[in-house]
Amino acid sequence: MRILAAMSGGVDSAVAAARAVDAGHEVVGVHLALSRMPGTLRTGSRGCCTIEDSRDAHRVAGLLGIPFYVWDFSERFKEDVVDDFIAEYSQGRTPNPCMRCNEKIKFAALLDRALALGFDAVATGHYAEIIEGADGTPELHRGLDLNKDQSYVLGVLTAEQLRHCFFPIGAATAKAEVRAEARERGFPVADKPDSYDICFIPDGDTKAWLSDKIPMRPGLIKDTEGAVLGEHEGAMTYTIGQRKGLRIERPAADGKPRYVVDLDSRENTVTVGPRRELSVDRLDGIRTSWCGAPPADVGYAESQAIDCEVQIRAHADPVPARMWLGELITEVGDGEHSAEAEDAEAEATATVTGAGEPSDPAAITVPRSRPPGLAHARRHRTPPVRGGPGADHGRLPRHPGARPVDDRSRAPQHRGGLRPRAGGLPGTPHPHRCRGPDRHDRRRSAAPCSAPRSPVTDPARPPGSAPGA
Amino acid sequence: MRTYFDHAATSPMPPDVLDAYTAELRRAANPSSLHAEGQAARMRIEQAREDIARAVDASTPAEVVLTSGGTEADNLAIKGLWRLRNADVGSAGDASSGEEPSGGEHSSPPRPRILISAIEHPAVSEAADWLTGLGAEVVRIPVDADGRLDLAAYEAALTADPDRTALVSVMAANNEIGTVQPIAEVAALARAHRVPVHTDAVQAFGQLPLDFAAVGVDAMTVTAHKIGGPVGIGALVLGRDLAPEPVLHGGGQERSVRSGTLDVAGAVAFAAAATAATADLPARAGHMAALRDRLIDGITAAVPEAELSGPPGAGRLPNNVHFVFPGCEGDTLIFGFDAAGFATSAGSACSAGVSRPSEVLLACGRDEPTARACQRFTLGPETSEADVDRLLAALPEIVVRARRAGMASGAPA
Repeated sequence: MRILAAMSGGVDSAVAAARAVDAGHEVVGVHLALSRMPGTLRTGSRGCCTIEDSRDAHRVAGLLGIPFYVWDFSERFKEDVVDDFIAEYSQGRTPNPCMRCNEKIKFAALLDRALALGFDAVATGHYAEIIEGADGTPELHRGLDLNKDQSYVLGVLTAEQLRHCFFPIGAATAKAEVRAEARERGFPVADKPDSYDICFIPDGDTKAWLSDKIPMRPGLIKDTEGAVLGEHEGAMTYTIGQRKGLRIERPAADGKPRYVVDLDSRENTVTVGPRRELSVDRLDGIRTSWCGAPPADVGYAESQAIDCEVQIRAHADPVPARMWLGELITEVGDGEHSAEAEDAEAEATATVTGAGEPSDPAAITVPRSRPPGLAHARRHRTPPVRGGPGADHGRLPRHPGARPVDDRSRAPQHRGGLRPRAGGLPGTPHPHRCRGPDRHDRRRSAAPCSAPRSPVTDPARPPGSAPGA
Repeated sequence: MRTYFDHAATSPMPPDVLDAYTAELRRAANPSSLHAEGQAARMRIEQAREDIARAVDASTPAEVVLTSGGTEADNLAIKGLWRLRNADVGSAGDASSGEEPSGGEHSSPPRPRILISAIEHPAVSEAADWLTGLGAEVVRIPVDADGRLDLAAYEAALTADPDRTALVSVMAANNEIGTVQPIAEVAALARAHRVPVHTDAVQAFGQLPLDFAAVGVDAMTVTAHKIGGPVGIGALVLGRDLAPEPVLHGGGQERSVRSGTLDVAGAVAFAAAATAATADLPARAGHMAALRDRLIDGITAAVPEAELSGPPGAGRLPNNVHFVFPGCEGDTLIFGFDAAGFATSAGSACSAGVSRPSEVLLACGRDEPTARACQRFTLGPETSEADVDRLLAALPEIVVRARRAGMASGAPA
């Protein structure tokens, strides 16, 4: 195949490009210039499309003996990612710009250009796997290294886009493996630090960056009882679940940390409360996107419950949940419209609009509402689950079946998940978002802490024995 | 098979120049040394200077000030002449202060104005802009749709305040779209007002007859690597009576305006390339001009909507072909040509390798999408008819794909 390898200058995309070359493809490397001021030098480990990154990518392309170009997508990036980031914040939501960049730039603008130029696919250094479903529909699945798994930020890709995506390191077991391979190949970027920050906010200070881009209206910080605890300089820069940077003088009565639990743009109030206030047992979502065949296409009825996992942030741990599709009964929060369809297989994404409590940004798989307290998600990051039966090397175990084909064949033997209907649905429980029961079992036994205080994924009820399933 | 259509970026070194260069590299000697080896090196560098002077029709070899290349020569001309012209009041100022002399501390320079064309190479325009920190006023003279200097606007700008004008700098021919500038007229008018004139002739050298003595400019930039010499050597041809403030201070070589150990090998190779490029200039330029017109006609026939930038015929450099391909992105076109075996250019790229909209086309009145949709093909003395025909054969498919990619990725159109 003719592959266009997007090369950021980092180690992941370098190894991805190398593996694409090794696989015998005809590979061309491209570095995307995303900043309007591409000439700037990086500071620390941050910054995007700097001279240094472009040169690093170029060096690797040279070592691989592949052609290399720098393509300017700065205008599109500004319109589709940066401006959107500002707009989302100014509406009180917390966007994920990497997700947006994947959706609009890497796997849209770049992919379209690549296809027009005669390429078959775009390769990137993402940790996620594309696995073909039984009917040939490509599905997005989590990468093997769950600590590095980036399927969250790819969850917006459609099957049609996935058809032209190539993630050569998606099956890597760990970042260390990728670094070791880069070292073996003599890549100068083998030990380059990971980038975690938002690339267009070079110093990592999102609040300061936003402050001269959206009108800041100072207001009050209150507790859940309405008592005033302090002042903020603009509610829009806060995120539900945020603990740091609240600058509240008076400690909570119980001495425990306080979190942002609500943002009220009308009243311009930031409400803080104890961690338990963050627990919700339901999420509503809109703008669903199925990274594989839509559930309706594989036989799921609208009222059918689907066992799945919900992840609400790029670095949040997934939690078991149950999902319903269909028109949302808008009664929660100021819920907008809602999700339809449903997935069973691979991944799906939706923008969260409502929850058992306040409405929240974030994005991810979400259900229909109502059935008594079932789907469940947490808003704060929980410590990674470690140990427990079956957990190896401290990582969350992947589904025991090494490959989805195996998973599929064994899934029905387990209770839980969705039972395939007539003829076996192509997509019954899968190792990923909608995972087979094994993982749920392990997670539960390993870490009851990942279940919030409310009844929800209540350990007494096996995840598969869903009422209504 | 690769075919090189980027001679305006760097032109490959012909074998005889390479021989002269490498032979000299084997001899180690500093021409400033007083021993026999040093004296021999001095002889060779003075021979080279004479050859270069002959190639540019300088009145005397002393007018050739060797530099590290075009950028340094431009900087020396712009900064050095501006400071010279403002030195009498002692207000050339301290560059490191970085303060705008907005009245107050600095006494204002007596001749702050620099007149440049709107399409100068950054080595000129950035140097001029830098001087604004010392109180300079940069006046950009507009160009017409073909990139030719607006002489009426120039005359108006110059005569508006000749006594406060430090210098004029207009390139001999544009590096992107190849437009030849009316440099003799520019020089004549400036002379009449006793304002020194510099011209950046980096692109014109080896393409057009450059008669330094006859054109009437005071300073002229040339460089070796555009005519088959090595990168790293160039010259400012500089009237004997002018002593610009140096940019590089040190041992006082090169008439004390350009310090630094002389590059004998570079100078020898530069001289060899300059001699070769100018010895039979009419034949050489005629060969390239014929191929240029063949390429222009072929592109126009194959892609009717493609538009030639700059004037046709005698008004443009013999080796320059520059087109706008509507709906395409320059970097996509580069990719297409490169993949098909042709080295081309989209104009300018920033230090990260990103192609930018052409400032030259913007100055010619084109909009930003147009200024991104261009491709430059520059020929060399060795370019053949077969090379041109091969490019023309590959062209339609490349343009079709680039246009499809432009639409697909939502290029602003």
